[in-house]
Amino acid sequence: MDDNAAALLVTDLHKTYGGRTVVDGLSLRVARGTCVGLLGPNGAGKTTTLRLLLGHTRPDAGRIEVLGFSIPDAASQARARLGVVGQSDNLDPDFNVEENLYHYARYYGLDPRALRERFTDLLTFAGLEDRRGAPLRELSGGMRRRLALVRALVHDPVMLFLDEPTTGLDPQARFHLWQRFRQLRREGRTLLLTTHYMEEAERLCDRLVVLDHGRVVAEGAPQELVRRHVEPFVLELPAEAGRGLGLREERHGLRTLHLEETVFVYARAREDLEALLSRCPETPARLRPSNLEDVFFALTGHALRD
Amino acid sequence: MTEPRPPLRAYLPHLRRALAVWRRNTAVWHKLLIPSLLANFGEPLLYLLAFGYGFGTLVHRVGGLPYITFLATGIACSSAMNAASFEALYSTYTRMDPQKTWEGIHATPLGIPDIVLGELLWAGTKGLINALAILIVALALGLVAPAGALWALPVLFLSGLCFAALALVATAFARGYDFFTYYFTLVLTPLLLVSGVFFPLASLPRPVRLGARLLPLTHVVSLVRPLLIGQSPPHPLTDLAVLTAYTLFAGAGALVLFVRRFER
Repeated sequence: MDDNAAALLVTDLHKTYGGRTVVDGLSLRVARGTCVGLLGPNGAGKTTTLRLLLGHTRPDAGRIEVLGFSIPDAASQARARLGVVGQSDNLDPDFNVEENLYHYARYYGLDPRALRERFTDLLTFAGLEDRRGAPLRELSGGMRRRLALVRALVHDPVMLFLDEPTTGLDPQARFHLWQRFRQLRREGRTLLLTTHYMEEAERLCDRLVVLDHGRVVAEGAPQELVRRHVEPFVLELPAEAGRGLGLREERHGLRTLHLEETVFVYARAREDLEALLSRCPETPARLRPSNLEDVFFALTGHALRD
Repeated sequence: MTEPRPPLRAYLPHLRRALAVWRRNTAVWHKLLIPSLLANFGEPLLYLLAFGYGFGTLVHRVGGLPYITFLATGIACSSAMNAASFEALYSTYTRMDPQKTWEGIHATPLGIPDIVLGELLWAGTKGLINALAILIVALALGLVAPAGALWALPVLFLSGLCFAALALVATAFARGYDFFTYYFTLVLTPLLLVSGVFFPLASLPRPVRLGARLLPLTHVVSLVRPLLIGQSPPHPLTDLAVLTAYTLFAGAGALVLFVRRFER
């Protein structure tokens, strides 16, 4: 089953830890040169899936092919062509900014002495050109993430795994990283991204794959998912007001979702929601087009997963 | 039907990758060279002077040698053991767990076996460096023969590898630093006391003496002390065989345990 256009091909993947099924028949295809987002609540199997793709753990069943290499058998060759930005900060604190690139290059079998120019380009790309000799403890969270990103680029990989790359960053730092991801995508690299931020997924990804309970529950382009899985409009009301309107059950084309102290009322027609809103003019409410967040709740429920 | 063994050539990439880890650790050591050399030279020098000259005035000759020479040749061995063990326990654990250095490296082509092999080689090197510091002090004091000291270096490196491999087995099980205190108290200190570092084995009761023959440090001392005073070791092949066996078994065990720890 050769698929040259696919950077990543996963078929019917299974992984169980001590009787608990974490990945349950997952299939996935990522076309070369695209950015694909993996979404899902905590415990949906995203991290385990990434570990399986990197060959860090062996699947119980299923086939994985990354850049044409069979995983886990040829994982080392695949990793030689992959860049990984992990969820946790694993920069090397024993080294300064440039030394982090210098020694990382060695792990790829490269001679770092021949790469000075490339390091300069990468540090400029990351906006760290003035921080070459800075110890890591002097870097902000955003700078550390950018350094982690360019460290994953020392060997000019054709594909990147980005595991929640902007978690915990302020809006400016996040925006800066998004620009970098877009540029990498423009350069023709394939990006596989996991994220909890729907805005990030919507802005960056060509396609999204929603995971839950270790399997794919939906996939498609961001707007396509919104069209397919939720009504186009939603009204957000305080739960109290919702009860006053008698919105406990679904009725005439409206679908309601209770989440903590808020009720979400979904409708095909904006007028239906406006009519509802006119019945309680004093209520602080918000009528908006539905978005990926609504898709996420619709597909994976709203119970806390931690 | 057994699978054909891969040719030795097939292991070369692993060695190259392990050397990248070795070079990383060497570079960090190099950055902290001055304080670490102070510790390497300062502490043994103090021990030698205090015990050798102080205690030595009471006991004079031990095992046919001036006590300070007996002590210097013993401490060269025990410092290889201590330095390699410390590195493979505390420092390796730090890189593996809290500092996540291994996690970063594991995203590259290096596998866990490559990383473990690199750590093993580095901890063995650290043992050699510390022993070398003692030898330089002992040479400066005119306690050991220069030619013998050269012969002792490869043996001290092997000893470093041996104790690094044993310590890595412990590190593979570790869930925190507390565990290593037990290793020092229950494994290394007894070894230090029954292996002929501070006093000759002959002064120990016979069962302890026989038991000590099974322990690696005894064989290090049995090789290194004669070499350092310009004599031939009494049974070099047995000593080398025991040390090599410990290194290979513990090293292979550590590899399997780390792979199991990470690839589950």
